[in-house]
Amino acid sequence: MNPFDYTRAGSVAEAVAAGVSPGATFLAAGTNLLDLMKGGVTRPDRLIDITRLPGLDRIETLPDGGSRIGALVRNSDLAHDRDFAKRYPAVAEALLSGASAQLRNAATTGGNVMQRTRCAYFYDTASACNKRDPGAGCDARGGETRLNAILGWSEHCVATHPSDFCVPLVALDAVVEIESAAGRREVPLEAFHQLPGDTPQIETVLSPGELIVAIRLPPAAAVFSGHARYLKVRDRTSYAFAVVSAAAALRLEGGRIAEARVALGGVALKPWRARAAEAVLLGAAPDEAAFRAAAEAALTEARPSGDNAFKIELARRVIRRALTLAAAGTPDRLPALPASPFAVQSGVPAYA
Amino acid sequence: MAFPITLIVNGTPQHLVLEDARATILDVLRERLDLTGTKKGCDRGQCGACTVHIGGRRINSCLALAISHDGAEIRTIEGLAVGDALHPVQQAFIENDAFQCGFCTPGQIMSAVALLEEAQTDGDPERIREAMSGNLCRCGAYAGITEAILKAEQRMQPSVQGEAA
Ligand SMILES: Cc1cc2nc3c(=O)[nH]c(=O)nc-3n(C[C@H](O)[C@H](O)[C@H](O)COP(=O)(O)OP(=O)(O)OC[C@H]3O[C@@H](n4cnc5c(N)ncnc54)[C@H](O)[C@@H]3O)c2cc1C
Ligand code: SF4
Ligand code: FES
Ligand code: FES
Repeated sequence: MNPFDYTRAGSVAEAVAAGVSPGATFLAAGTNLLDLMKGGVTRPDRLIDITRLPGLDRIETLPDGGSRIGALVRNSDLAHDRDFAKRYPAVAEALLSGASAQLRNAATTGGNVMQRTRCAYFYDTASACNKRDPGAGCDARGGETRLNAILGWSEHCVATHPSDFCVPLVALDAVVEIESAAGRREVPLEAFHQLPGDTPQIETVLSPGELIVAIRLPPAAAVFSGHARYLKVRDRTSYAFAVVSAAAALRLEGGRIAEARVALGGVALKPWRARAAEAVLLGAAPDEAAFRAAAEAALTEARPSGDNAFKIELARRVIRRALTLAAAGTPDRLPALPASPFAVQSGVPAYA
Repeated sequence: MAFPITLIVNGTPQHLVLEDARATILDVLRERLDLTGTKKGCDRGQCGACTVHIGGRRINSCLALAISHDGAEIRTIEGLAVGDALHPVQQAFIENDAFQCGFCTPGQIMSAVALLEEAQTDGDPERIREAMSGNLCRCGAYAGITEAILKAEQRMQPSVQGEAA
C-alpha cells in the first residue's frame, strides 16, 4: 500500500472541498478501497474519511411515502431494518446475498454503489487493463471471462459492476443524491454508472469532489412489496459475487401483471435494467409463457465477450425463475439462503 | 505525520500514536498491543480469520483502518473468557471438535459470538451456516463448528432471553 495523507471530514462541506484536490479519495468503511490499495491497484495520495459525517446514517420515510437511505447507512442495518425490508424486500434480499455478515456490518450504502469491478485483470497489476491504465489494452479479452460482461461492453473493457444492492435499486427507479461545492444534484441510478465505450476509466457521472449523500426510492417503489425477489447464481453457495443475478418485481391486478420491473446483475458494467422484458410482461398473465418471452426480450442484444456465452442462457433462466418466485409472492421471512437457487422455497411463507 | 488515537480494547483504553496512517486494526492488535489471538489469513477480507467486534458488531479487522476508528470499542478473542471460565462458545468449540489446526478458530468464535447476539438464526443449522459463511476453515471443520454453535445457542438461551426481557 502506498503511503497517504489522512483527513477526517467533519462536515459535508469540508469533505467535498477536500475531495476536489487531485489524488484525493473518499474513505467510507474501506472494504473495497483498502483491498484495492493493498493490491496497488489504486494509489490515492490522500484519504478523506467520511465515516463521521453527521446525518448521513439515517433511513428515512419521506412525507411523499418514498424512502431515503443515507450514504453511511451500513448494508446490514438497511437489510435488517424491519420497515425498510417489508417495503423493499428484494433490496433486503440482495443485500443479504452479498459478501459476508462481517463485510455487510461495515460496508456503506455509498461505498456499495461506488465499488469497483471484480475483473481479475483489473486486480492483477501485472495485466494490461484500460480501466487502470487507459490505452494499455485489456487482458481480459481472450482470458478468463466467467465474471465478465455479456451486455453493454466494448472492445476496450468487458468488466461488470459487482454490486447486488444496485440491481433491485435500479429496478425500483432509485435516485442518487449528490453533493459538491456547487450544490446538490440528483441522478437516476440507471444513469449513474457509465458503460465502458472507449473510456472505461470513467465509471460514474461523479466529478472529483462529488459525494453521494443518499439514495432515494420513490413512493411507487413500495407497490411491489408483495411480489419482489432477488435471485443470484454464484460459484459457491454463499460469500461469492454473482455470475448472474436478477431482481424481479410485479404488481398483480385481477390475475394480470399491472406493472413489472426486471434488472440483471453480473452482466454489464452497470446494474442492467431490462425494460424490454418489462414491456413484454405488461398486461400478461403471470405464467411460464410470459416469463419465457420476457427473458428472451431481456437478452436480445447480449453477446459473449469471451468464453462466456453460457451466461446468456443462464441470465434468461435466472430471469424466468426470479419472475416465478416473485409471482408466487414475497415470503414472510427471507429464506435461510437469501437469493439462492438452492433455497427451499416456492414463494409462499416457507417458514410459517 | 503522527496520529494519536485511542482504542478501547477489551475494556481497556489504549492510547497509541500511529506513525503511519496505513495501519489496520488487525496490525495494531497484533503488532502494537501483542494481541496475537486475532489472525491474519488473507489480509483482504476474504477469509474471516481477523474477525473482531467493533461497537458490538463483527467486522474484518484487516480492512478497517485504525485511524478511522479512533475511540472505538473493540472486543477480541482475548476478551471473551472471564479468568479461567471460557465463554460458552469457546467451551462448545472444544466439546464439539470445532477445529483442527486452530488458525481460523479465533475468527470463527468471534463471528459465532456475534451471530448469537444478532439472534437471526434461531437454531436452524442452514441459517447458521449462511451466517458463518464469512469464516473459511481450511481444515474443513465446518460440521463441528455448526454443531458447536447450535450447542452454545441452546446453553445460552435462558440468559439471552433474560437479557431481552
Ligand atoms: C471478500 C469480499 C466479498 C464481497 N462480496 C460482495 C458481494 O457478493 N456482493 C456485493 O455487492 N458486494 C460484495 N463485496 C463488496 C462490498 O459490498 C463493498 O466492498 C462495499 O459495499 C464497499 O463499501 P465501503 O463502505 O467499504 O466502501 P469503501 O471501500 O470505503 O469505498 C469504495 C469506493 O467508494 C467511494 N465512496 C465511498 N462512499 C462514497 C460516497 N458517499 N460518495 C462518493 N464516493 C464514495 C470510495 O472513494 C471508494 O472509491 C465484497 C467485498 C469483499 C472484500
Ligand atoms: S475488462 Fe476492463 S477492467 Fe478488466 S482488464 Fe479489461 S479493461 Fe481492465
Ligand atoms: S485476514 Fe481479514 S478476512 Fe482474511
Ligand atoms: S481449523 Fe484449521 S483452518 Fe479452521
